Amino acid sequence: MDACVTFEDLTLGYNRHPAVHHLSGSVRKGSLTALVGANGSGKSTLLKGIVGVLQPMSGVCRVAPGTSLAYLPQQSELDRSFPARVVDLVSLGLWPRRGLLGRLRPEDFEAVATALSAVGLDGFGKRPIDTLSGGQLQRALFARVLVQDADLILLDEPFNAIDARTVADLVGLIMRWHGERRTVVVVVHDLDLVRQHFPEALLLARRPVAWGDARSTLAPENLLRARQFNEAWDDDAPWCAPGDDHPHAGHRHDGDAHRKGAA
Amino acid sequence: MHALHDYIVAPFVEFAFMQRALVGALMLSASACPVGVFLMLRRMSLMGDAMAHAILPGAAVGFLFYGLQIVPMTLGGLGAGVVVALGAGAVSRLTIQKEDASMAAFYLISLALGVLIVSLRGSNIDLMHVLFGTVLALNDEALVLIGAIAAITLAALVVFWRALVAECLDPLFLRSVSRLGPPVHFVFLALVVLNLVGGFQALGTLLSVGLMMLPAAAARFWASRVEPMCLLAALFGAASCICGLLLSYHASLPSGPAIILSAGAIYLLSIIAGTRGVLATRVRHISHRTA
Repeated sequence: MDACVTFEDLTLGYNRHPAVHHLSGSVRKGSLTALVGANGSGKSTLLKGIVGVLQPMSGVCRVAPGTSLAYLPQQSELDRSFPARVVDLVSLGLWPRRGLLGRLRPEDFEAVATALSAVGLDGFGKRPIDTLSGGQLQRALFARVLVQDADLILLDEPFNAIDARTVADLVGLIMRWHGERRTVVVVVHDLDLVRQHFPEALLLARRPVAWGDARSTLAPENLLRARQFNEAWDDDAPWCAPGDDHPHAGHRHDGDAHRKGAA
Repeated sequence: MHALHDYIVAPFVEFAFMQRALVGALMLSASACPVGVFLMLRRMSLMGDAMAHAILPGAAVGFLFYGLQIVPMTLGGLGAGVVVALGAGAVSRLTIQKEDASMAAFYLISLALGVLIVSLRGSNIDLMHVLFGTVLALNDEALVLIGAIAAITLAALVVFWRALVAECLDPLFLRSVSRLGPPVHFVFLALVVLNLVGGFQALGTLLSVGLMMLPAAAARFWASRVEPMCLLAALFGAASCICGLLLSYHASLPSGPAIILSAGAIYLLSIIAGTRGVLATRVRHISHRTA
């Protein structure tokens, strides 16, 4: 199977404390994976690692060459007071195709209009972004992901503070991307939603607890195990060193030792 | 009609120094005001002020070695500005400290150095000259310099426009699709420094921030998109330059403060009368639409 993203003994974190601890495995091309776990279990951190805005403390995170990537962060750094219209925001998604200097072509404007209509924001194009509600803004950001037309789509808690009908619409979009053989990874908290729509799931509790078929990953015994991790950092945790209890190959720390947390 | 002509047009037709002042000030408006709009939109309005102070030691070093001459003082100012901008930018990108704090630290160090250097030689009058400039004494060298700065600025704005907007609107998104984010930030800081240095010939280090920020702040009350906002800011800038120069000519006022006060008047008017100003948004409307 072709891998779209490969993790090799990946450890990501902050201030030498791991947030994702020794993750190995791969995300298949064309798969739809739900990323599940408690607060602080490393879901957002893992996405940041894939995007490349966070460098690994050890190990490797490799995205298959030539893969275009669209990322919808949980806490967008979007400046809502910026004088821009909805079309301006969604048009940012054209960046990978048009870059810094490329002229926007008629088909680009069409793509933006189609995307807006796909998320149910017909007629919102000329609205300033500071007049949108939270859910409308989230839909506009989904439209931007649509416009990006990426091979790998990473969505971080896209359903937060969204009403049920909009969730259904957005899930529909995600299923459409899945049907188009794009690779999609979504951070979700609603386990029923995962069981209903997602073929695969990765359950994180700083370290990976289970990864595979969504229903078996979310089995009660796995969920129980995932709950038994200490969210707080432990400053007295021993340094993580080769030959520890977790099974992995080719462990490298090279003077970049990190704390084990309370694992 | 004739009196109006005498009052507004004649000074510029009759006197070469007024023409030079006008040309310099208009070029400066065209380039500094749009840069000011982006500074404002990035919530870095006060950073312009800090940068203006930061330029001082460089200009002072030029002044120390070559006296009151434009080229060495400009190059010195440019150097100091770039060092401070790069230093503050690098600290904010590499450490947890935000740019406002690092900029404040760097400019204070720089300003103290500047005052120290100026006091080593020269009187307070010279210091006043460096701080407040003289638009009415622009020579050819200064005009060429301002023209070059305006050309570079406008070209850079055209080239980097999309990246500048993206970096303001959604920096994390830009980082996820392109590596241009940090370079664009530094290009932008360089433009700020360049325009402040350009302005300091005409208005002095302190007042050149005024021409950058006041028209931009005023334009915010009228426009709801970036492109019109930049155009409007440049227009406001040009208008305040013309008003300021005429005021200075007729009432024998110092030209720099007259220009900045004109811009200030436009700003105050815009707060009240702008389409997004107090009157339009605070006064209760009698009727509203059904949807």
